[in-house]
Amino acid sequence: MEPTQTAEPDYFHKVVDCQWACPAHTDVPEYIRLIAQGEFTEAYLVNRATNVFPGILGRVCDRPCEPACRRGRIEDKPVAICRLKRVAADHRDEVAQRLPRAPAKKNGKKIACIGAGPASLTVANDLLPLGYEVTIFEQFGVPGGLMRTNIPAFRLPVQVLDEEIGYIVSMGADLRLNSPVNSLRKLLDSREFDAVFVGSGAPKGKELELPGRRDTDRIHIGISWLESVAFGHIERIGERVLIIGVGNTAMDCCRTSLRLGAKDVQVMARKPREFFKASAWELEDAEQETVKIVVNHAPKSFVVKDGKLTGMMFDKLEYDIENGEIKATRELGEEFFPCDDVILAIGQENAFPWIERDIGVELDRWNVPKVDKVTFQSTRPEVFFGGDAAFGPKNIIWSVEHGHQAAISIHKFCQGEPVTARMPRGVTLTSRKMGMHEWSYKNEYNGAERRLVPHVALVERFKKVNIEVELGFTAEQAALEVQRCLNCDMQTVFTAKLCIECDACIDICPVDCLTITPNGTEGELRARLKAPATNPQQALYVSAALPQTARVMVKDEDVCVHCGLCAERCPTAAWDMQKSTIKIPHAIDEDATCRS
Amino acid sequence: MSYINKPKVAHPSLPTNALGLTRRQYEGAMSTLCAGCGHDSVTAAIVEACWGIDLKPEQLAKLSGIGCSSKTTAYFVAGAHGFNSVHGRMPSIASGAAAANRELTYIGISGDGDSLSIGFGQLAHAIRRNINMLYIIENNGVYGLTKGQFSASADIGTKAKKGEVNLTPPIDPVLLALSLGATFVARSFSGDKQQLVPLIQAGLKHNGFALIDVLSPCVTFNDHEGSTRSYTFTREHYHPVIEADFVPKASEITVDYQEGQALSVELHDGSQVILRKLDASYDPTDRSAAYHFIETKIKNHEYVTGLIHIDESSTTEFHTLNKTTKVPLNRLPFEKLSPGNAALQKLQARWR
Repeated sequence: MEPTQTAEPDYFHKVVDCQWACPAHTDVPEYIRLIAQGEFTEAYLVNRATNVFPGILGRVCDRPCEPACRRGRIEDKPVAICRLKRVAADHRDEVAQRLPRAPAKKNGKKIACIGAGPASLTVANDLLPLGYEVTIFEQFGVPGGLMRTNIPAFRLPVQVLDEEIGYIVSMGADLRLNSPVNSLRKLLDSREFDAVFVGSGAPKGKELELPGRRDTDRIHIGISWLESVAFGHIERIGERVLIIGVGNTAMDCCRTSLRLGAKDVQVMARKPREFFKASAWELEDAEQETVKIVVNHAPKSFVVKDGKLTGMMFDKLEYDIENGEIKATRELGEEFFPCDDVILAIGQENAFPWIERDIGVELDRWNVPKVDKVTFQSTRPEVFFGGDAAFGPKNIIWSVEHGHQAAISIHKFCQGEPVTARMPRGVTLTSRKMGMHEWSYKNEYNGAERRLVPHVALVERFKKVNIEVELGFTAEQAALEVQRCLNCDMQTVFTAKLCIECDACIDICPVDCLTITPNGTEGELRARLKAPATNPQQALYVSAALPQTARVMVKDEDVCVHCGLCAERCPTAAWDMQKSTIKIPHAIDEDATCRS
Repeated sequence: MSYINKPKVAHPSLPTNALGLTRRQYEGAMSTLCAGCGHDSVTAAIVEACWGIDLKPEQLAKLSGIGCSSKTTAYFVAGAHGFNSVHGRMPSIASGAAAANRELTYIGISGDGDSLSIGFGQLAHAIRRNINMLYIIENNGVYGLTKGQFSASADIGTKAKKGEVNLTPPIDPVLLALSLGATFVARSFSGDKQQLVPLIQAGLKHNGFALIDVLSPCVTFNDHEGSTRSYTFTREHYHPVIEADFVPKASEITVDYQEGQALSVELHDGSQVILRKLDASYDPTDRSAAYHFIETKIKNHEYVTGLIHIDESSTTEFHTLNKTTKVPLNRLPFEKLSPGNAALQKLQARWR
């Protein structure tokens, strides 16, 4: 193999698995270390620089970082990254003074954002400090989009939402509530705005057209129903509720039902558990609240007698599954489930009845807009899309990242620069060497197991619809959980010409990551390392030829615990522990280059 | 020297041996030797070797004297018996222990100072008596603990860190062992575990005294230009003649060896050592030829490595010659160990 190009920003970025997996590339190890030092405000600001809503995401993020966490490959459980984010948000001081501000002198460009959800708010957050005037059109009387209407208050308290949205709006955004945009043509024709960002989400819940669907008013569309609960339009539900679908919306529907008077809630899944879309922890929380999950039942009809919904008929199914794939399905007969209400939570779509088809914004045959995956520009140059509106339902953290990228494009577009000429990511490496064999980070491996977040007692939590169930980590729990982080951004950096091949690093490595061996193809090297490198997702770090024997030093990045012992034991400092800082460009960085 | 202990965390797919133990379970305390010390690599090789032959940790006795080398017994097989003796006196302790309990496997770790200066006589007699043990000399040519004076194994012409040149002729432990009739003599290098690990395994299984002289550079006081014991110099003058592969008892030999290039020697317990000749003219079973060969190569400043001499047919093994007790003393009934005053009187009467 050729020597690994560590100057390539993505190389060390990938080693920081959590940061690489995060759509917004939040610098996770950095903020966890700040929490460890009690610097909650700093930790919050590190978060906010990339994910904009740390308090919100610390509660309801989809956490793509956690399945990626290296700790999960060494032990069972990853670091509780998401819950530590909440620790930073809950324990910080006032940050208003330290947030970006909009300059008094505007740059004369006006931007319209449609929908006040996370994507639009991120666009506003990134563009206001550059002097743009941003107007946000929101159909409801409160901002937040799906974060407010679809996520129940018992998971995400209203105060947290209000505060973090407030930081952006108070930068000077012109937030127009109760102002749905009914015609994009009209908005564009008004020539009031230099660019338009569509962040209107995917607000249309999927229907299930089965016999009986139209014979009763006790069948609800999940996301619309949650919206009505959020706005106080619905306060009760029947005692027996069936939820159709088993994604995260279904989890919110079943748990909300319990808070509105339901006693017997069953979530009906067509497939076995391994195919569920809901996050494991949301399933866990629902089941803890006595929700029953029924697998292998396909809905057949709604049973309505004398205009009253009495239940649903299902086909019971059996599957042959091989290697996680369904090979065959058999019907085992019908089964009736009595109920008073049914909530459909089988997915959602974006819908654009307000975008005229002849204004140059092309939609494909599924009515999905044609949007560039990097620039988020539509086929009409001044119109950009982001969040669920762009590529269908994802999650909040993806919406935030779409917002960041769209903001860069809008800035480039408004400054007359090509939207495709974007700054590349960068990486800086700085040594953490303090003394002979000491490093300025806590490199000792802590074998503690993942802490469990305390919850409000079951009897208490159903008293009101908005009692937050998770209490967040206590100070003691947080102090231990932060020590579980492996500091993956403390990179092992190797200088081949210094190596005397004494084997000290290889002997001391607790997880057998290192090998000195004759060079070969990647396949050969992976097979002949001290512990074979069987995870192809994780790179091999291959050195240049070593001075004495022309062999190469190979490091399998897979399970390195970043303890720094290789560098401590290295007599020639060929190994060094260096902190990598991944530079993720945002609109403000592009602005600096525009100016210079 | 390190500021943290080696974490207990291990590679999730670490293999286990026949006892169900991983290699990590054969480690000892954290080394306090200098970073890059050859001795730490020897330690790692011993860990690997003991794990590989499924040695029960409590079946091993590790003994040492004084010196950097002698610290290393603390760094492997934490579950073994151990004795850290007076400087240079480890062979006496080992002889006594072996005589008292022949069931344990004995490994003595020493250095060029401990063995070739203060303990020279002790080593010579342990070889002569053919104590059933593996004796490893971690040989770096200097006294590391006292800041780098030449040891008795320093070559003529080698330079100390401050520049003075050694003019006194060295003692070569391999030539010494050959001349005293040792039945297992090997030399290796701390930087070559592929060679060292099977040598240690064969040495542990050899019936009689096994000596491995391991060139183990002192990274602090003897790894500079002009030294004949540095990593660079050792690699440049390293001459493997016989590679040994250790094949445990009742295992199949899976590697193909070229006709005439390989020689199999069966050890006492039924395991085998397959000797691969890298130099076709070399015969490891011929002691005097081996002596001559090594001596010639030393004159050319070459370190001959590998299993230099092996003789499994020797009848001088310590327990056989001395008819030591087959049952360890700690398992003999008290009455047999201490037959009492009457028996003593009877014994003494024989010489009156």
